[in-house]
Amino acid sequence: MSVDTATVAKIASLARLKVSAGELEAMVPELNGILAWVEQLGEVDVTGVEPMTAVIPNTLRLRADVINADPLTGGDVRDAVLANAPAAEHGFFGVPKVIE
Amino acid sequence: MTNITDLTVAAIRDGVAAGTFSAVEVAEAFNARVAAAQALNAFIVTTPDAALDAARKVDGMRAAGNALGKLAGVPIGMKDLFATRGVQTTAASHILEGFTPQYESTVSQKLWDAGAGMLGKLNLDQFAMGSSNETSYFGNVISPWRRSDGGNTAMAPGGSSGGSSAAIAARLCPAATGTDTGGSIRQPAAFTGISGIKPTYGRCSRWGIVAFASSLDQAGPMARDVRDCAIMLEVMAGFDPKDSTSLDLAVPAWEAGLNGDMKGKKVGIPKEYRVDGLDADVAKSWDDGIAWLKDAGAEIVEISLPHTKYALPAYYIIAPAEASSNLARYDGVRYGLRDLPDGANLQDMYAATRAAGFGAEVKRRILIGTYVLSAGFYDAYYTQAQKVRTLIARDFELAFQHCDVILAPTAPTAAFGLGEKSADPLAMYLNDVFAVPASLAGLPAMSVPAGLNREGLPLGLQIVGRPFDEQGVLNAGLAIEARAGFTAKPEQWW
Repeated sequence: MSVDTATVAKIASLARLKVSAGELEAMVPELNGILAWVEQLGEVDVTGVEPMTAVIPNTLRLRADVINADPLTGGDVRDAVLANAPAAEHGFFGVPKVIE
Repeated sequence: MTNITDLTVAAIRDGVAAGTFSAVEVAEAFNARVAAAQALNAFIVTTPDAALDAARKVDGMRAAGNALGKLAGVPIGMKDLFATRGVQTTAASHILEGFTPQYESTVSQKLWDAGAGMLGKLNLDQFAMGSSNETSYFGNVISPWRRSDGGNTAMAPGGSSGGSSAAIAARLCPAATGTDTGGSIRQPAAFTGISGIKPTYGRCSRWGIVAFASSLDQAGPMARDVRDCAIMLEVMAGFDPKDSTSLDLAVPAWEAGLNGDMKGKKVGIPKEYRVDGLDADVAKSWDDGIAWLKDAGAEIVEISLPHTKYALPAYYIIAPAEASSNLARYDGVRYGLRDLPDGANLQDMYAATRAAGFGAEVKRRILIGTYVLSAGFYDAYYTQAQKVRTLIARDFELAFQHCDVILAPTAPTAAFGLGEKSADPLAMYLNDVFAVPASLAGLPAMSVPAGLNREGLPLGLQIVGRPFDEQGVLNAGLAIEARAGFTAKPEQWW
């Protein structure tokens, strides 16, 4: 499978990456080179093989169902969460207007 | 007396404990060495005061007769992928420039708790995506090594932990943290004549490490010898409830368990790694490694890892797929850069921010990842790659029925010059051909120096072990180290 300019433009839009027409032109052959190379995976017989889900077997733990089970991630840290925001206002993340 | 900056982690720890020198003297010596090495561009920010503060604390504890931590008085470098409270953490990207974490990563906190001090945040490939440290927004790291041709070609320190490798090789720090997603500890270690170990996936907490590909990312130490790696890893590893993939296992006493006697051990040599056109010097160093391990008492057996050639293409589907998801968080809203063109709406702001904040290689991988996860292509690419990954892990499982550790080269070549491979992404990816399989299988793997090639550049040998058998890997590394007699160091030109 190979990609054309329109496909790359669509992927870039899905990935929320603004690309110029010139960048787009350069990316098409680069991505096609990589995609042609990974294509060889199709040769591998994977009949009856399960896709990998966990490389080292492990059980998913659940934390205790209480407020602030871990004080560091549990909450009440609003100012720390907002400290690096480009536009924090009134205790919220500020973004451009989304509702007309 | 020996120059303090030439000492190993073990020697500094022991010297501080014995009072041969103070922790402050050590920190001052390394701070000065770091300040004088700006030409290498190994650090994104330096933190001399943090190193001194930690040292003063250690000296105070010693004076008061308190017990000292396992790394008391040892100043280290911290890869700028670990969140450090109050100190800018960028992942070498523009999008995180100025980001100042409000919390400390689990691994770095463990190091500080053990008495280590921070010399600074080390440069790396942007979001750890690269094998030469040429994708950093903050400029290339220059390896302290040069070819012995008398020229001054700037050499790659490897990547992505290129600041870590360059700094250790140049004696700017005795040890540093690295992270390894597809060889990012081992390949730079090999390129710069140092040691580095990636432990079993889940040994070190990923909490507070900027995520690249979460099913592969694993932190580990880099240092000048095997013992120092063992000391560092003992401190860095351990269960962390804040990382859902953290292994709930006790941390073995790896340093105390070091033993280079390989009697009764079987070393597997994977025939698929002896590829056509393998660099002659790399092939010779591999043969040397085989002879050294035999001399240490090991039995050498040929093994087969039949899916080896598919590891790299599988990796370049899985890692970008995970990266495209992980990097969705950089949106100009919560932290980092925001690019808000006049009259832009929210969607425009996302796209403009990400276009301005990510470098070319990061964008390339986000696009590949988005494509292979998109509707209609998911099964053909992503599911197929995950099935191949199962087969690669199975190859190792079967091989370990016949051997205890596997020996192979770390990289197919010695270091290359900066710019020599950067025009061709595929040529760059191929440099990780021997490192990626162990990453896909989550196995502990280490690189130790083997010697110099005909150009006077270091070559590394890689040891891969069974899950959880870091001790076996370290021990085989020690057996090689004892026989390789690697004492070469880069001549100071910076």
